[in-house]
Amino acid sequence: MSFIAPETAAILWGIVKAIVILLVVVIFAAYLSFIERRVLALWQDRYGPNRVGPGGIFQLPADVVKMLFKEDWIPPFADRTTFLLAPVIAMSALLISYVIVPVAPGWQVADFDIGILFFLAMAGLAVYAVLFAGWSSDNKYSLLGGVRSAAQTVSYEVFMGLSLMGVVAQAGSFDMRAIVEAQRGMWFIVPQFLGFVTFALAGVAVTHRSPFDLPEAEQELAAGYHTEYAGMKWAMFFVGEYVGIVVVSSLLATLFLGGWLGPGPEWLAPLWFALKTLLFVMLFILLRAALPRPRYDHLMTAGWMVCLPVTLLNLLLTGAVLLAGG
Amino acid sequence: MQEAFYVCSLVALLTTLRVVTTANPVHALLYLVVSLLAVAGIFFALGAPFAGALEVIVYAGAIMVLFVFIVMMLNLGAETVAQERAWLRPRAWAGPVLLAALLLGALLRAIAGTAGGAGAVEVTPKAVGIALYGPYVLAVELASLLLLGALVAAYHLGRDDHR
Repeated sequence: MSFIAPETAAILWGIVKAIVILLVVVIFAAYLSFIERRVLALWQDRYGPNRVGPGGIFQLPADVVKMLFKEDWIPPFADRTTFLLAPVIAMSALLISYVIVPVAPGWQVADFDIGILFFLAMAGLAVYAVLFAGWSSDNKYSLLGGVRSAAQTVSYEVFMGLSLMGVVAQAGSFDMRAIVEAQRGMWFIVPQFLGFVTFALAGVAVTHRSPFDLPEAEQELAAGYHTEYAGMKWAMFFVGEYVGIVVVSSLLATLFLGGWLGPGPEWLAPLWFALKTLLFVMLFILLRAALPRPRYDHLMTAGWMVCLPVTLLNLLLTGAVLLAGG
Repeated sequence: MQEAFYVCSLVALLTTLRVVTTANPVHALLYLVVSLLAVAGIFFALGAPFAGALEVIVYAGAIMVLFVFIVMMLNLGAETVAQERAWLRPRAWAGPVLLAALLLGALLRAIAGTAGGAGAVEVTPKAVGIALYGPYVLAVELASLLLLGALVAAYHLGRDDHR
């Protein structure tokens, strides 16, 4: 390949890697809708969607076709620009934050110095999807969903950042690769157990998955912030939620379970990463199957009165241990 | 990086202008969010990724969310937009714009006199931390006292005495 300069080849290889990661994440996130329904059904002693193709694996293409052919309806009373913008933010904000996740050694879209902070920034922007969807729909259920979501996300984001700072302090860097390398001796889930628990809770709350799905509590709020959405725009909210699960699971695996570290040769690294991520994805689904939704004020109280002090305590202890260890 | 700086600056200027001239409060806030993101982009282009990330996390991701939250709760309707339009007549803004233009002229003159650009030296998060807890530790302590005072005051105001 002498007609391509080495720099150009490196750039092209980088682009190929980025596209592969993007496609795998999006397709896996979309397929999660099917996986979740099947796995939930299994746990609840039902069959779930098993009609389309062997074992129902073509359920997703069938759903996509249905979504695409649905009327793309915008309510006449809605605020058009914001109404259209909301699903775009819902799907892209957390998807963009996947660029910092190291899938394997050398397989990472962007190696930022600020690593985790980039995820926190994107998670902060993801709130606007729900806020704008709730407001622009001009529907009181949507608005209530949006308001709930804003309060919930802002409360849980406060200690989501703090819960990760213990990991950052131990690794001595915001850089995701440095954090993975720092876990060669011991996975951070052991010394940072409190950080792990609080970050997992915050992750569920920020992706507003059940049991923290009060913004879209269907019994009280119709479908919450996306009540007025249909067709592909609704599907973007839907896939955005699954992308959120994948991102938070990948981060949990990377920050607390050693990411791609594992026994065996180096080419097994992506497999270890995928397995650890899958473990957390399954936990997300199991959580939905197992737990009822808490009351809204309980949710807020738990965030501010329990989780925030716990993360501060964790940070204090980590600092003290690091200082004593020199 | 220079192109990125100019693009981000242009976006920041245009969106900030729209924040002032938009009659719909939620749209104005949306422009303000974009403006803050553009400012974060400027920080990235100048080699200060930590400041850029904080700009997004703190301003765009937290403070502006609260602004949008409150405006949504107020449920401002068409009459607010009409009122806002009435306030945006040239008679109201012509004078201040003239005075601000004078200030801008003076500022441009001052900038034209200085040599060169900012010089894109990358500032790592570690360097920021060392600076904050080294020479600027007093400022950090004072800021934390101020925030603690605000926190206590907010807690006092928000307390429910009836229980």
